[in-house]
Amino acid sequence: MAAAEIPSLAAKVRALEAGSHVVAAVFLGESAAYALGEGEVLLADGSKRTQAHAGAILDAASDGSRLFTSGDDGKLVATNAEGATEVLVDGMGKWIDHLALGPDGALAWSVGKTAHARTKKGDRSLELPSSVGGLAFAPKGLRLAITHYNGATLWFPNAPEAKPEILVWKGSHLSVLFSADGRFLISSMQEPALHGWRVADGHHMRMTGYPARVRSLAFTADGKWLASSGANEVILWPFGSKDGPTGKEPRMIGRQQARVAILVCHPKQEVIAAGYADGLLLLLRLADGAAILVRQPEGGAVSALGWRADGQALAFGTEDGKAGVLAL
Amino acid sequence: MSEKIPVTVLTGYLGAGKTTLLNRILSEPHGKKFAVIVNEFGEIGIDNELVVGADEEVFEMNNGCVCCTVRGDLIRIIDGLLKRRGRFDGILVETTGLADPAPVAQTFFMDDNVGDKTALDAVVTVADAKWLKDRLKDAPEAKNQIAFADVILLNKTDLVTPEELREVELRIRAINPFARVHRTERCAVPLEWVLGQGAFDLERILAIEPEFLDSDLHTHDEEVQSIALSSEPPLDPDKFFPWIQELVAKEGPKILRSKGILSFKNDPQRFVFQGVHMVLDGDHQRTWKPGEKRESRLVFIGRDLDEAALRKGFAACAA
Repeated sequence: MAAAEIPSLAAKVRALEAGSHVVAAVFLGESAAYALGEGEVLLADGSKRTQAHAGAILDAASDGSRLFTSGDDGKLVATNAEGATEVLVDGMGKWIDHLALGPDGALAWSVGKTAHARTKKGDRSLELPSSVGGLAFAPKGLRLAITHYNGATLWFPNAPEAKPEILVWKGSHLSVLFSADGRFLISSMQEPALHGWRVADGHHMRMTGYPARVRSLAFTADGKWLASSGANEVILWPFGSKDGPTGKEPRMIGRQQARVAILVCHPKQEVIAAGYADGLLLLLRLADGAAILVRQPEGGAVSALGWRADGQALAFGTEDGKAGVLAL
Repeated sequence: MSEKIPVTVLTGYLGAGKTTLLNRILSEPHGKKFAVIVNEFGEIGIDNELVVGADEEVFEMNNGCVCCTVRGDLIRIIDGLLKRRGRFDGILVETTGLADPAPVAQTFFMDDNVGDKTALDAVVTVADAKWLKDRLKDAPEAKNQIAFADVILLNKTDLVTPEELREVELRIRAINPFARVHRTERCAVPLEWVLGQGAFDLERILAIEPEFLDSDLHTHDEEVQSIALSSEPPLDPDKFFPWIQELVAKEGPKILRSKGILSFKNDPQRFVFQGVHMVLDGDHQRTWKPGEKRESRLVFIGRDLDEAALRKGFAACAA
């Protein structure tokens, strides 16, 4: 279906000029906040700006009250809705490539081959065999998954006596996430493929067939589907059974001219927001693939998406510095 | 959306003068800004906020081919740099003296995000006129860097006699007859000889000069050689593509670079391609001009290539 024929919510979008590459779009309380490529954080639906970093923001995450950003200035900074910033980590200029937030206020970040974790018990670090590709905390138990070349390492930062467990799979592993029940760990690879492990026994799940590298992946609210980019449509792998997608075919929804660049799943309903490489932004209903237009294709790729916790608003941003909020 | 950012890769054996060239590019008043990816901090004498240290992490792609390697650190660094893409006009990648240029070049073809937003402009190799001959004997990396280059700066020419210079140039030509070779002292060259080369741009594969192909002016290198093939009869694409794909799949590790301009039967357009090991990139370029000689030309630079088998295989692709 061409974008012009799709029912539209574009009238409910409040657009704003972010000014540079939007790295992340989140909600701090009720209002949208954006992390930008030039080191700024944009707050209060875009009405307030603060310089959080002296260089690019490389990664960002939010706990709902603060926006955590890591930069090529070697700092990890938390910014609240009022614009107050706090430097949590100063890595002496070395790029902080990735960060992740965990249960109980845990924070993890990586600098090259070193993963760091900060918990209530203090700071710990772990050297990996190669550069860290991604970080994700398990939903429970302060366990950190760290991807790297030839696999992922599972580490309990609060239990230094426990040897980190290594899940091996040949190739370079990048972004990583756990299923909401913690049973599965999924990584996106340098090849156009995903790899999954069942955490309990290391059972492998290969998810292949993508035309391009998968840069965005997320589980649906009920945990039954893993949604992924990497094609001109959203690829959905079934995770409803104990074997995950092993031996099953994926579903596809939202086919368009351009590739899916980024996606996020609605926090409550079976709806996915999918941003495309041509700037198109759609809401897609899982049940039947029905699409609603949020933004017409224009300019650069959609590079950031975030739902408000109540699912009633969606913030977005693009590579060429456009941003906006959809209020439902 | 916007133009691809050009990337220049600077290689060269230890002490050849890479850092001199890098500093020259950064300090000359050309009005361009560069992001620089270096292997060692502290070498650059110029203030530049966009200098990033590389880790030289070479990753094999998980596809069963040992030569399909990419530089994982470059993918990560370029992803980061692209968040500030308005800040620079080009990217310079300096490799270590012992680096193989292939994974660097392949990164630009094998990673879709890097390939969508940046374009490899040229591999520039700085060679030491005095010591290159010795390094070609004892350092396979030095030979790879010459074989791989689009532009070679034969540097420190003030330290050798004209005879020695000619000899080393012949050695370079024996390994790589297609690179542009410039004689320099302290890497003093006009920057337009180094930047904006479009060496990997299919649009700019204009000619494969026949004089290199037949003349005996060069001594053949015993290990790395170039082989040029040509065919006047037009080719059958249904024969050529299976042949070249099987060739690079089997012989990819030995083939460092390949380039071709092809004339297919019943096809008014010329087809151009180029490759790095087993990665091939090709497309129709333009319509053959009236009166233009419709000849197919193909060049391979590689190690221990089987010339007779290549000639036979290519000849069998005629329509």
